[in-house]
Amino acid sequence: MLETEKIRQDFPILREKVNGKPLVYLDSAATSQRPTQVIDAVSDFYMHRNANVARGLHKLAEEATSAYEDVRGKVRSFINAGEPEEVIFTKNSTEGINTVMRGWGEKNIKKNDKIVTTILEHHSDFVPWQQLARWKGAKFEVVGITDEGELDMTDFEKKIKGAKIVALSAASNVIGTISDVRKIARMVRDLSHENAIIVIDGAQSVPSMPTDVKSMDCDFLVFSGHKMLAPFGSGVLYGKRELLEGMDPFIYGSEMIRKVGMKTSEWNDIPYKFESGTPDVAATIGLGTAIDYLNRIGMENIRAYEKELARYALQRMGEIDMLTILGPHDPGKRVGLVSFTLDDVHPHDVAAILDEDGIAVRSGHHCAMPLHERFGIPASTRASFYIYNTKSEIDALCSSLKRVRKVFS
Amino acid sequence: MASEDIYQEFIIELWKHPRNLRRIKRADKDAEVYNSACGDRIHLFLKIKKGVIEDASFEGIGCAISQASASLFTGFLKGKKVSELDMISAEDVLALIKIDLSKNPTRMRCALLPYEAMKKALSKSYSKS
Repeated sequence: MLETEKIRQDFPILREKVNGKPLVYLDSAATSQRPTQVIDAVSDFYMHRNANVARGLHKLAEEATSAYEDVRGKVRSFINAGEPEEVIFTKNSTEGINTVMRGWGEKNIKKNDKIVTTILEHHSDFVPWQQLARWKGAKFEVVGITDEGELDMTDFEKKIKGAKIVALSAASNVIGTISDVRKIARMVRDLSHENAIIVIDGAQSVPSMPTDVKSMDCDFLVFSGHKMLAPFGSGVLYGKRELLEGMDPFIYGSEMIRKVGMKTSEWNDIPYKFESGTPDVAATIGLGTAIDYLNRIGMENIRAYEKELARYALQRMGEIDMLTILGPHDPGKRVGLVSFTLDDVHPHDVAAILDEDGIAVRSGHHCAMPLHERFGIPASTRASFYIYNTKSEIDALCSSLKRVRKVFS
Repeated sequence: MASEDIYQEFIIELWKHPRNLRRIKRADKDAEVYNSACGDRIHLFLKIKKGVIEDASFEGIGCAISQASASLFTGFLKGKKVSELDMISAEDVLALIKIDLSKNPTRMRCALLPYEAMKKALSKSYSKS
């Protein structure tokens, strides 16, 4: 497994106390904690190497630009993209999806075209498509799930026929379901429109397992740095070159132009066409350091560790009376997070009592209202694990959950 | 804040046995508020006769604080004149719940959800009784 004790040493925040108790941070799906290596890289940049990128000819500017572009190469390798130009830096996954919606969707979707997404989606991969469909008079189809929380593949096969956009998450941020993106991509190539695009929301999957966009055969992939040890403000939109080149820019301004005249302007090449305005350079430098950190551990090892934590959590939580786990009971089918309800105790109360014990979980709809409606619940509580969590923290969670039951008995 | 401070016996009692938890058919005023941050929902109903709140009730799903507050607030409203309602302050409502939530703004919002519902109901146009 992972050298968790050694890893935990790199995360000073784990030594914080909350309400007088040691912090048990089980909310990495909301945002991960950051290791000192990433924090130091950001500080170091601001202290010794800060300059704007691609705008200066002086040494600091050249070095900042070079460091920034190095990260682009690192990301290319991390997700096995064909070229670094296919890696666009964004501030988060939401921005990436909206860039595709505006840049590709607006241009290519006509009335009565079909856009397909799933009921598992985070609002950022649901609302943009819903709105695009409304503006264009296109059909908006939502694929359902089985009671186990996996994609209903019969429904999927039916709905993707002739679709022009198929958008889905590789892993669900609420119930953890891992979808077989390779199989799904093959189905879309067979059954959907010949020019259909596959958009993958990798926000919850890229931090937790190896990612290979070539073998996934997706057209676009988005992910966020802050869920994988990198600073807020770092993120990636990957897109196939020919698609990015055919897209309109989303945000206009500097850097995305080659030439600006009084009446017309000429766009820059990719990736810069989609990187307008001053980026969060320091956050991107931090992303590079985060990728190095994760690569040293190994993404396959991270996947194996999260699966083991999920297995242990499902087992221990299964022992708690009146606790209902949402999503797959097979740890192999989920990333390292578990959402649940505790009988008729409202999730907000669950989170509040856990918080008293220093345990950080999230309660609410987790930016997935349609999914909660599908389960017939107003909200759920979610515990999410990452490389620095331990089985004894899961034990602490379960003790605290038993206390919730006691308070509400 | 420890459990004993927020989850006092009377809060748990109201959670188990809420008061005025029902819908008023043909309510004179009603409004629903939803706190999307935590999933608390209160739908408040008021029956008004000759300028007096004859009956007040609520429906909703939410945390123990929001539900307890709704139980207490609906009881508080009964018998009040409609003309007095805009003099009710947030402090009056928080006093019903008897817990000091000053250090807990999120929880304060839960406690004030029924009050928000009342204000929303009163701001809508009158429907004939």
